[in-house]
Amino acid sequence: MTDLDVIPTLSPEEIAEIEHEVALIPRRDSAAIDALMIVQRHRGWVSDSSLKAIAALLEMSPEELDGIATFYNLIYRQPVGEQVILFCDSVSCWLRNGDGVKEKLSELLGIDYGQTTADGRYTLIPVPCLGACDRAPVMMVGDDLHTHLDDCDLASLLTCEANHD
Amino acid sequence: MATISIDGKHYEVEDGSNVLEAVLGLGLDLPYFCWHPALGSVGSCRQCALLQFQNADDDRGRIVMGCMTQVTDGMLLSLSDSRAKAFRADVIEALMTNHPHDCPVCAEGGECHLQDMTVMSGHRDRRYNGLKNTHVNQDLGPLIHHEMNRCIACYRCVRYYQDYAGGTDLAALGSHDHVYFGRHEDGTLESEFAGNLVEVCPTGVFTDKSLVHDYTRKWDLQSAPSICTACGVGCNTIPGERYGRLKRIHNRYHHEVNGYFLCDRGRFGGGWVNSERRLRQAGAQMSDGCFAPLTQEQAVQRLQTLCGADSKLWGIGSPRASLESNWMLRSLVGDEHYCPGFGPEQDALRAVMTALTEGGVATATLPEIEAADLVIIVGEDITQSAPRIALALRQSVRNLGLEQAANLGVQHWQDAAVRNIAQNTRSPLVEWVSASTRLADVATKTLTLAPTDIARMGFALAAALDEGAGVDGLTADQTTHVVQLASRVLGAKRPLIVSGCSSHDASVVYAAQALAAAVARRHAATRVVYTVPECNSVGVGLLKGTHKDLADVVAAAEAGHIDTLVVLENDLYRRMKKEWVTRLAAAVPNIVVLDALETSTCDAAQLVLPVASFTEAEGTLVNAEGRAQRFYPVVSDVGERLPGWQWLRLAAVGRANRSDLETLMHLDQVLEAIAAEQPQLDGIRAAAPDASYRDRVGLKAARQPHRYSGRTAMYADKTLHEPKTPVDEDAPLSFSMEGESHALPSALRSFVWDPGWNSNQSLHKFQAEIGGALKGGSAGIRLIEPKGQPAPGAYSVPAAFEPPLSGWYLTAQYRIFGSEEMSAHAPGILAVSAGPTLILSADDALQLALAADDGVTLITADGSVDCEVTVDPALPKGTVGFVVGHAHLLDLRAGETVSLEKKPGLMRRSEVIASDGVRVYG
Amino acid sequence: MTDRPLTQNLRPDGSPVWLADYEANGGYQGLRRVLTDSTPEACQQVVKDARLRGRGGAGFPTGMKWSFVPMGEKAGLGPKYLIANADEMEPGTFKDRIILEQDPHQLIEGMILAAYAIQADVAYIFLRGEYTVAAQRVAAAIKECYVAGYLGQDIRGSGYSLELHLHRSAGRYICGEETALINALEGKRANPRPKPPFPQVSGLWGRPTIVNNVETLCNITHILTRGADWYQSLGLGADSGTKLFGASGNVKTPGVWELPMGTPIREILENHAGGMHDGYQLRGFLPGGGSTDFLTPDHLDLAMDYDVIGKAGSRMGTGTMIVLDDRHCPIGMVRNLARFFAHESCGFCTPCRDGIPWIVQLLDRFEQGLATEEDLALLEEKARFIGGIGNTHCALAPGAMEPVLSALKYFREDFEQHISGRGCRYQSLGRGH
Repeated sequence: MTDLDVIPTLSPEEIAEIEHEVALIPRRDSAAIDALMIVQRHRGWVSDSSLKAIAALLEMSPEELDGIATFYNLIYRQPVGEQVILFCDSVSCWLRNGDGVKEKLSELLGIDYGQTTADGRYTLIPVPCLGACDRAPVMMVGDDLHTHLDDCDLASLLTCEANHD
Repeated sequence: MATISIDGKHYEVEDGSNVLEAVLGLGLDLPYFCWHPALGSVGSCRQCALLQFQNADDDRGRIVMGCMTQVTDGMLLSLSDSRAKAFRADVIEALMTNHPHDCPVCAEGGECHLQDMTVMSGHRDRRYNGLKNTHVNQDLGPLIHHEMNRCIACYRCVRYYQDYAGGTDLAALGSHDHVYFGRHEDGTLESEFAGNLVEVCPTGVFTDKSLVHDYTRKWDLQSAPSICTACGVGCNTIPGERYGRLKRIHNRYHHEVNGYFLCDRGRFGGGWVNSERRLRQAGAQMSDGCFAPLTQEQAVQRLQTLCGADSKLWGIGSPRASLESNWMLRSLVGDEHYCPGFGPEQDALRAVMTALTEGGVATATLPEIEAADLVIIVGEDITQSAPRIALALRQSVRNLGLEQAANLGVQHWQDAAVRNIAQNTRSPLVEWVSASTRLADVATKTLTLAPTDIARMGFALAAALDEGAGVDGLTADQTTHVVQLASRVLGAKRPLIVSGCSSHDASVVYAAQALAAAVARRHAATRVVYTVPECNSVGVGLLKGTHKDLADVVAAAEAGHIDTLVVLENDLYRRMKKEWVTRLAAAVPNIVVLDALETSTCDAAQLVLPVASFTEAEGTLVNAEGRAQRFYPVVSDVGERLPGWQWLRLAAVGRANRSDLETLMHLDQVLEAIAAEQPQLDGIRAAAPDASYRDRVGLKAARQPHRYSGRTAMYADKTLHEPKTPVDEDAPLSFSMEGESHALPSALRSFVWDPGWNSNQSLHKFQAEIGGALKGGSAGIRLIEPKGQPAPGAYSVPAAFEPPLSGWYLTAQYRIFGSEEMSAHAPGILAVSAGPTLILSADDALQLALAADDGVTLITADGSVDCEVTVDPALPKGTVGFVVGHAHLLDLRAGETVSLEKKPGLMRRSEVIASDGVRVYG
Repeated sequence: MTDRPLTQNLRPDGSPVWLADYEANGGYQGLRRVLTDSTPEACQQVVKDARLRGRGGAGFPTGMKWSFVPMGEKAGLGPKYLIANADEMEPGTFKDRIILEQDPHQLIEGMILAAYAIQADVAYIFLRGEYTVAAQRVAAAIKECYVAGYLGQDIRGSGYSLELHLHRSAGRYICGEETALINALEGKRANPRPKPPFPQVSGLWGRPTIVNNVETLCNITHILTRGADWYQSLGLGADSGTKLFGASGNVKTPGVWELPMGTPIREILENHAGGMHDGYQLRGFLPGGGSTDFLTPDHLDLAMDYDVIGKAGSRMGTGTMIVLDDRHCPIGMVRNLARFFAHESCGFCTPCRDGIPWIVQLLDRFEQGLATEEDLALLEEKARFIGGIGNTHCALAPGAMEPVLSALKYFREDFEQHISGRGCRYQSLGRGH
């Protein structure tokens, strides 16, 4: 059952953004995915307490919401690094040495898929085809798409990303 | 009807049904998982595949799912085509890739649909040699055991739990081959109907925790047809026994009473029969207050002495004792000295009896409840008082959505499609209740009112429908509500009025009767449901006679008119205030208590006699709809215990005028005698076949399945001699595995089993149509049918509720776990029951600076009691609610004015679990 | 010069075309004219006559799809919905991205017209979550439209009103399936729904709903402004219009090109994609994304038409080809795809949820040199079980098995070699470029 006491876990900004989505649709619980993404945008991931707070706000149970949260690839129910690297592991990138680049990247960062660097900067996650196959292999660092990775210096790319922020 | 061809043979089947249902209905085998007759089709498991051909020239055909394919006239199908069979084997093989093959240690084993379907599909050799996915299991509370690794992801659990039962705390989590069915975190499942997961799950993911911890292989359970004693609905059950212990209770399908499902109180509440507090031997109280054990023979002698010819004998019966026991007591003591032993609900119950017998409106059967298109609940938190009815009401609100789906040509069994079309559409369900209820999530309108105001709403709506004079003094909102609701009632086709005893206020029931009569004058299809608190409240109510009140008994005692008082299966502290029990005990020289459990009343008795429980005796109970139903013993060795009526029969030996009772040796004789004396109960004889029943080959119905093992070795550790099969002269059932298992009257069916179908899914083999009546007939018999015109009854509209000038008006609130006396002694139920609870409105909580779980002292004219606070924002102003039946709150009465004081430092519920796991609260 | 209506506005630098430039190129003129001069029924008829087929993969005739939407009072109370399926997640597909990023108004205008034709009240763009640039640009374009009065109440005085919202997906391939997409928009788990009812009758929140692919919707403006005959004349063969074709893999110039329907494959791969990289030979290709059957060099002269490709044993799909060369293992490629589909299965039905991971496990055995003849037989048996039409709840699993089954057909010797050679010989070839 919903627990109204947990709503204050969310910030006024988060609540306002969620309520904006709710206002556009006929059912509160239909804003579930948007709400999860909003909170994740603010906090990087969706913790158990965030989950409960969102569920209460949308008048649904944590179970119902977690069923949705755990269904989708881009909702993180575990803490992630400051930047999430979405590395394309699909077919066009594979044909263009995606595996080789991924090995280099893993070596550079010292992490495999699903892991976060010790300094908390990066989490590496595989992602299905990023729709930039003509520029394969590709990955996203945060919101930015990086292409032609086979020819680029991953270390300087990540440094640029860091400076870019 | 449609004609379809299966493997070249022609069959007549129901038009509009689905192929799987049709195939099963024809008695053919087609394996399935996700489909469930009560849940419909979603097409997820893909197991019920068969081949469909376009026409006679089509020799290729295509794979279709039986459950998702609508029957059409002339359709050509094949079950046995090798491609269909190979596909079904492939599905099982895929399902089993992650299954742990842990059948030997699985509580589902031997009664497992997955095992059956695996064998039926012909999959045998595992070819998958990769790793299996594994899951962490959850603690789902004291009732249900979770073993996710056995899951085959059929989605039945969440479809049952969320969609059917309205639970919100069990969900499908994750995706692809990592779907997980569980809670967001460990914790007790919140739904009152969670226990049905045990039967809904086709494998061993959700199993009965009490069975897991006290395990017996399913085929070694001795069973008997039984009736749930945990409320007045009278759900049909199958208790399973081994070595004299109740191991589990399963649902026994009854088309008109409980269908496929039970509530958790019924399923897990029977555990009290294994309780340490069971009376095992007769005892006589000695001068030091201790009881000296008596043999059965000594006890009978003592009983006969106390009930001797000259003794001025009175008796207090019980709404939780069988009709036979109550009748025997009444016969023993004489009508004018018999009190049925009703408690504070007595006035409301008597009003219900009048409404049932004279109201002229038929009581709804389960399918009729589910088919209602408008429901008005008058003063009942039905989930707490008659849970199975609430589960049916949850289905009734779907009817408008089902209508929308039908308009788009979508059949009712297309479950996901119907729900997608219906979205949040609900048929009207209006509640007038005295506190928030567990149906609020599906109610289209909930008004929380004091009981007298609830009654006034009922009278007002009745008046609006009759175009008669209204009720004075309604608020503007109430008036608008009545006007709007009246027009919805006129537009409805199958309205249902639900009311009952829970408010302990007869005016509420009078209002419901008046309303039902007004509605019934508009719609012949109008139905009513009245709840009663106990399993035989109506049965006792139907016994004709003077029916003395408990106050009359106390008065008689204090006037010296009672030498011996026989108390039958009744804890008087639950019926009258403590002070009255004390006075009664002081005034009566001899009290004989017959009961199954040790109660406080036993302490006042000179003689205590152990009574056989529902698992140890046969008898008849009459449920809230007036249906007489028989229960049979499942335990053969009952030791020193006797059914209540047997003790009382023996007591009659010395009664000069009733020595005839002694000759009623067998249940059938008692039933004859009751029918002869009380024509309104004549039907009870036909409620089930009598003990002379024999099947085609001259055998009684079997209590043991064909696979029952160890019959000759079970007690080999005690004796080398093979035990003789126990004889049960009173029942048409034997303690044996010999006997007919198919062509049985439904009232005698102890288990469902069919070759290849070892789980309860075999039920369809015994139904005349899927989800419909059983081939063996409808068990039990209704004793009450409406006669005459809808009658509003004699009533006067009560005055509007006025909050007390100081203090609060106390309202009765039932809880599914804790309000009922016997089930509260089952360990699982005890663990989920709340402490002594006082329900406060949010305003009052604020004013008293109280929050949930804080302590509060409640002060009445008689004394005070400490409670835990629960806050209910919807509670009507000026009222507070107390939990009926809690051992600490037995002296509270609905309608009393009480005052409250904050009680600092009260030990909270979570803090009073003693180290041995037994709660300090009684 | 052939008409290139879908890409006519695109700039070489890939910068977005904002409203002013879009209007300057003639944008929204068609909208204004249609909204005042044409009835919804007439619009539907033109699209039907144009024989536009859905560009998302299935190729269902768009006009026919629309015609199932109840119109007028038959629709009952409540809104109707139009949804642009911009959840581009099919492996090897990158065609909608260019429109979403570079010419968002083309989509919006098409949507408004499509919405008008079915008299929708609310429209959604269901956009892939990872398309961050597209999200910003589409959102900005929508804002421009509200300001300019192309969206909202009484669009340009036409009396027609439409709300348009952008929904960013939280990521699942299955959301590309229209009923799964609808569940996702309703905030639920994106399990596909049973049909019937079809979304046209009962879709989003139970109301009549049309889901069309981005490219499909972009065609609408051009069809309604220039007519069905013109549109039909664009195609070289049986199918109408132009199509965004693409190629990826080890070709010299991978990319997306707008070409007439019916363009020969050879022209796409050799002229536009520039042929294979030096040192690479063409072994085969998936003509329309990761869920289509392999074709081989023998098929190069086929026209990219729905029925032609269908007859050759594959599907047009999204029209973006994934090219397999001779230095990459066909089994490795199929395994990569199968793993994708196994992960993207929603988990609802058995063959897909439990079957595809088994395919991956078997393909792993080939790659690891553990496979036997029994594994090969089992692989084929299981792929047929999973891939059979009607065997599963939706089309994901049959699509997933198309590369597997066609690889077994065309590259069987590779499977045999993996068994006899106890491993993958390609792994020693290296993949240098």
